Amino acid sequence: MSDRLEEVTLESGISVKPVYRPQDLAGTDPDLDIGLPGEYPFTRGIHPLMYRARPYTMRQYAGFGTPEETNQRFKFLIEQGQTALNVAFDLPTQMGLDSSDPLAEGEVGRVGMAVDTLADMEVAFAGIPIDRISVSLTVNAVAAPIMAMYFVVAENYGVPLAEVRGTAQNDILKEYIGRGAWIFPVEPAVRLIGDTIEYCCRNAPKYYPVSVCGYHIRESGANPVQEIAYAFCIAREYIRGGIKRGLAVDEFAERISFNFDIHGNLFEQVAKFRAARRLWARIMRQEFAAQEPGSLKLKMIAGGGGSGLTIEQPENNIVRGAYYALISALSGAQTMALCSYDEAYTIPTEKAALISLRTMQILVEEMGLRDTVDPLAGSYYVEWLTSQLEDRILQELRRVDSSWGGILRAVERGLVQQEVAGQAWQHEVGIQRGTIPKVGVNRYRMQEELRQVELHPYRPEQAEASVRRTARVKAERDPERVEAALRGLRQAAADGTNVMPAALEAVRAYATLGEMTGVLREVFGVFKEPVAL
Amino acid sequence: MADNPIRVLIAKPGLDGHDRGAKVVALALRQAGFEVIYSGLHRTVEEIVQAAAQEDVAVLGLSVLSGAHLPIAQKLMGRLRQLGFQPVVLFGGNIPRADIEALGALGVEGVFPTGSRFDDIASFIRQRVGTESAAAGRDRRR
Repeated sequence: MSDRLEEVTLESGISVKPVYRPQDLAGTDPDLDIGLPGEYPFTRGIHPLMYRARPYTMRQYAGFGTPEETNQRFKFLIEQGQTALNVAFDLPTQMGLDSSDPLAEGEVGRVGMAVDTLADMEVAFAGIPIDRISVSLTVNAVAAPIMAMYFVVAENYGVPLAEVRGTAQNDILKEYIGRGAWIFPVEPAVRLIGDTIEYCCRNAPKYYPVSVCGYHIRESGANPVQEIAYAFCIAREYIRGGIKRGLAVDEFAERISFNFDIHGNLFEQVAKFRAARRLWARIMRQEFAAQEPGSLKLKMIAGGGGSGLTIEQPENNIVRGAYYALISALSGAQTMALCSYDEAYTIPTEKAALISLRTMQILVEEMGLRDTVDPLAGSYYVEWLTSQLEDRILQELRRVDSSWGGILRAVERGLVQQEVAGQAWQHEVGIQRGTIPKVGVNRYRMQEELRQVELHPYRPEQAEASVRRTARVKAERDPERVEAALRGLRQAAADGTNVMPAALEAVRAYATLGEMTGVLREVFGVFKEPVAL
Repeated sequence: MADNPIRVLIAKPGLDGHDRGAKVVALALRQAGFEVIYSGLHRTVEEIVQAAAQEDVAVLGLSVLSGAHLPIAQKLMGRLRQLGFQPVVLFGGNIPRADIEALGALGVEGVFPTGSRFDDIASFIRQRVGTESAAAGRDRRR
């Protein structure tokens, strides 16, 4: 081998050889480790025919200021062929604050739709065929009350709870690591997740109550190994919670899905997902004695991540998005989404969101990615890398358990946060020094003119409209019923019974999200963030 | 300078929880020899102003990715003026180039949108705060 060749080391710390040969697969058993699509350990995909039978679901994140505008964008996306919806809520909603709360000032409707009461959700979903379109709610700390609102919308549509489909993000542990929309301390927050899992398992069996997010952990600076390892630690925590409530693992594990991130090295990402599927199946079988194939299968949305995109030469992000979509398709994702090319500047414009959707559609329609399952299987490099990544993910997972005392403690004490922030800093140093190549940033940089980007200006009248609607709702609701419902919620929160029935009653009584969250805050307190850097 | 480092408070105002940028800049400035305090998430403008005054920082850097930078800056600068405490105020995050001027008009001295270089931020601070005022005990009360 020529000594002029530079070392190649992936983000995961794995060194890549210039050439791979059959003997590199000596440690990989073709039957036990690779197997067939749709069969344990699902390295090649969770369905026997994958996209040949059904293409991936395309689900762009959308949600605008008012429920009316959100409703219009939903209808537009459905008309354009999008097969599922992903709802963005504004920050006050994500933090359990009503639009009239002083802390919500300047934020109402800014990054998504404002929801105070059931009335807002009724407007947002008016005329949307929620019996056919699966809706994903991007909400975490207040997932229980928001999920309750969605269930009541379905109920009023005449869709029985047992038939309601969709997902809630509802992964609070990752909020403490990245994204930051937490309210309550770790333990009660995780207990709320358990309440939703238990409630859905018994009453809404077609609903996916939790989507465990490696995505935001990686967006916060984690490498691909940590992304999967921390997400798995979090998922194991929720599964243990379900088991503690007396549920059998095979009753609910099938309904826990994952949300992962795509940016960086193409082969490393594809191998990451193949390794993740295999390791998850092994964990479910070995650690939780799961039997049902549904419990063993890692179902995922794998989406193009924003942190791979650049402010510089933003049109290049369209190309990056296309590669991310390709990675997602080569990885066997069930659902795909892309950050849009203007996302470094703003909430995607309609044009940018449409380009993302078309990118995914072009892959499905024109590029042959549906023709055969897991086309990279058997590649010496990809199979070798898959095995390497599986080993490293498992090592990292064990480190969380043994050195940090598990993910709950690690999050409470800020250890994961510190690790991830340190890496984010190192990554940024690498980009600024040019050791991590980034086209348009540290390679092929150009003098760029000040760009006129179509922005979404903040409209205070949105906040006023939201406040007015809620005031009207409050004037018309039955105050005694609200009072009793909030008492019931407080009681359930305090004595440890499942909060979901009480939350549903509060929603039906048109209690506000702020009122419900306020009750929970009184009982649970708030998280004290460890801010050590 | 190492004996008497410039004190910087990096703060996250409002509800936005995207703290990668704030933490990365805090770490970079610490590495560059500044004394850096990080506020943690979900701070109100009032809490940030109080912390800045209490810690007597020479520089106050706010990271905003929600788009709410203008109303936050307005509130912040007004409150600092009321208190007569005026550190060098910097904004970072997801800030459209078109808003930089408006932030400047409010009294924000430097804006470093996503993608800004650490070296630029550090040298901007050194230039604005100046070694002289740093040596004079960082007293920027006016």
